[in-house]
Amino acid sequence: MNPAQSTQGTVKERAGVALNNDFLRNAVKFTTERLRSGKQAASAEHGNWEEWRERGRQIRLHTIAHLDYYLNLFVDNARKNGVHVHFAPDTAAATDIVMTIARNKQAESVVKSKSMVSEELHINRALELAGIETIESDLGEYIIQLAGEGPSHIVIPAIHKNRYQIAELLSEDAGEELPPDTTILAGYVRRKLREKFLGADIGMTGCNFAIAETGSMVLFENEGNARMVTTLPKTQITLMGMERIIPSWEDLEVMATLLPRSATGQRLTMYMSGITGPKRTADGDGPEEMHIIIVDNGRSEQLGDSEFQELLNCIRCGACLNVCPVYRHIGGHSYGGTYSGPIGAVLTPALNRNVAEWDDIANASSLCGACSEACPVKIPLHDMLVYLRRRKVERGHGNRWEALGMKGFAVLMANSKRLNLALKMGRIAQKPVVHNKGITLKIGPLKGWNTYRVTSPIADHSFRENWQELSEDTRRTARPMNAETWDRMEQILRQRRASGIQGGHHE
Amino acid sequence: MKVSLFITCLSDAIYPRVGEAMVRLLAAHGVQLDFPPVQTCCGQPSYNSGYWEETRTAAKTILKAFESSDFVVSPSGSCTYMVHHYPELFKDDPYWLKLAHELEAKTYEFTQFLVQVLGITDVGAHFPYKVTYHPSCHGSRLLGVKEEPIALLSQVRGLELVPLPFAEDCCGFGGTFAVKMSDISGAMVEEKVDHIKETEAQVLVGLDMACLMNIAGNLRHRGEQVRVMHLAELLYEGVGVS
Repeated sequence: MNPAQSTQGTVKERAGVALNNDFLRNAVKFTTERLRSGKQAASAEHGNWEEWRERGRQIRLHTIAHLDYYLNLFVDNARKNGVHVHFAPDTAAATDIVMTIARNKQAESVVKSKSMVSEELHINRALELAGIETIESDLGEYIIQLAGEGPSHIVIPAIHKNRYQIAELLSEDAGEELPPDTTILAGYVRRKLREKFLGADIGMTGCNFAIAETGSMVLFENEGNARMVTTLPKTQITLMGMERIIPSWEDLEVMATLLPRSATGQRLTMYMSGITGPKRTADGDGPEEMHIIIVDNGRSEQLGDSEFQELLNCIRCGACLNVCPVYRHIGGHSYGGTYSGPIGAVLTPALNRNVAEWDDIANASSLCGACSEACPVKIPLHDMLVYLRRRKVERGHGNRWEALGMKGFAVLMANSKRLNLALKMGRIAQKPVVHNKGITLKIGPLKGWNTYRVTSPIADHSFRENWQELSEDTRRTARPMNAETWDRMEQILRQRRASGIQGGHHE
Repeated sequence: MKVSLFITCLSDAIYPRVGEAMVRLLAAHGVQLDFPPVQTCCGQPSYNSGYWEETRTAAKTILKAFESSDFVVSPSGSCTYMVHHYPELFKDDPYWLKLAHELEAKTYEFTQFLVQVLGITDVGAHFPYKVTYHPSCHGSRLLGVKEEPIALLSQVRGLELVPLPFAEDCCGFGGTFAVKMSDISGAMVEEKVDHIKETEAQVLVGLDMACLMNIAGNLRHRGEQVRVMHLAELLYEGVGVS
């Protein structure tokens, strides 16, 4: 396994490996830049983007608030369509169901289209342990499967690899030297997969959206591989997160507007398949048997949790990864979970019943808010990162030294006299290390900071020490306010009071 | 009309010149700033780290300090936005919640105050330099201060405003993030400075001393000569020149 992908160690250690990997950083920068500028252009061109986002958010909020109702509706309709519907509370249960189906079908091979839930369940590993050949048919997934890695991006699983690395992997697979030419490489994979599609016993997919009103599942893809997976093998298994539901086809229109534009900047995804049950008598193709496994695996923990329920609104577009300045530098494997980037930093702990929050994954963010701004359904990811940090502290898993430091912080900030005294002491203490108005000392908390910076020292006179003089000086030189400005300010005060906000000098 | 200065701990301790520029600039427009000396820090370091009880202590000093103010103006979009978290911190405490709602409604970031409250975009400044602007994340994204600084900069005589590539990307400060995840933060600030250098600007201007301290620290570490200024400083200096 790639060292950068290990779940061992801390985020900081894993990020350290990634930061020293220029191939990875350049590959991630190159593709995320392309994706985010594509998204900006596509959303601007579509127009009224903020209204579409709000519409999307409302649909997701409504569905999740009534998830029990819509899940039942979906299941009833899917069963009417002849689908075998299963519920899996966790990874073990989901794996059991898949393995039972595979055994009953005496399956020797499974061909898969891209599914993050299957990654979450590590289903490939279970199938391969049972001697069942499992082939990923999405090009990116095929590449990381060859490399023995997990996806480093929700939408672009091999984003961290450049075409030279990909050519190397595929050459090994082909047993012949393939040039780093994307057309030739894709052509090789296409030919190879064609055989696999024709020979597979089971086709396995994820699910982008499940339509409650008809019991249908919808797949978005660009390569046509999901069509092959869902038409050629005799048995189809769909793994579906329990929150993938939307009420109606009408709602899908909103999602089909938001998802491709947010993910890749495409106006439409190349293939959008709606599948309503297995092959019927008159159908030319399609699976004879279809299973949908509805997976909980920690999702229901977020229901009723006011701070995290909106996580279930996620439509897995990856837009938050593409704008994240941290992801840009450390790639997806540094996050140590199946899901990476800002959504992964919140989702991984959440799906693990907040156990993983004791890890420092939530600290790998500058809280810049680019994720929340990019999210097509407006999930407040940067707020959630703070909530995770708070829960860690409240449950006594905070760093002992940090906790002590924060207590000290509160003591100082409770009283300006103490803060002043601390500043005065700091001014004396810094004297030996200030040279040419800068501090370059690299010890304690300044070690990492000063590796990249020269620190400005505490000023000789703080603002509050200068205030008396400054205040007298400006009182002498100040000009009177003009009447128009005064009126504007009065007007603002009146409006504020009219909106029910009291207080202030005028009371 | 009581307009109070919320200096923020960073400008108080390290960059008093920013506060002075604000005081003098606003005085020239008839606004005599009041300065409640009991103010300390908005509490953002502890809030973002998850220590909300400690944050409440800091928040209470700020709420008390500005209880009688009609307007509060601050040189930081980030500290201004922090005040918007106060109602959430005191949601179960009616006394402090009332003060929190009041402070949220009356606190303005410096350019918001100039443009939205005073209605001023032209302060009569002259600043004949090539300038690039870094929009800090909390000010621009969370507080929504996007047009105000551009409106002010575009009225400065002689100033050539050059766009900063990837301007909206975080500079890597993030408070305790810069200490806890110093190498990630370092990679971010290095890239920000690369982009600043691409513009060939003589001056980098912004609205938040924390981000500017981070960027200035890396510029100096790399021996770059770009001057780093808060917009209040730039405007005040520009008025003095003209």
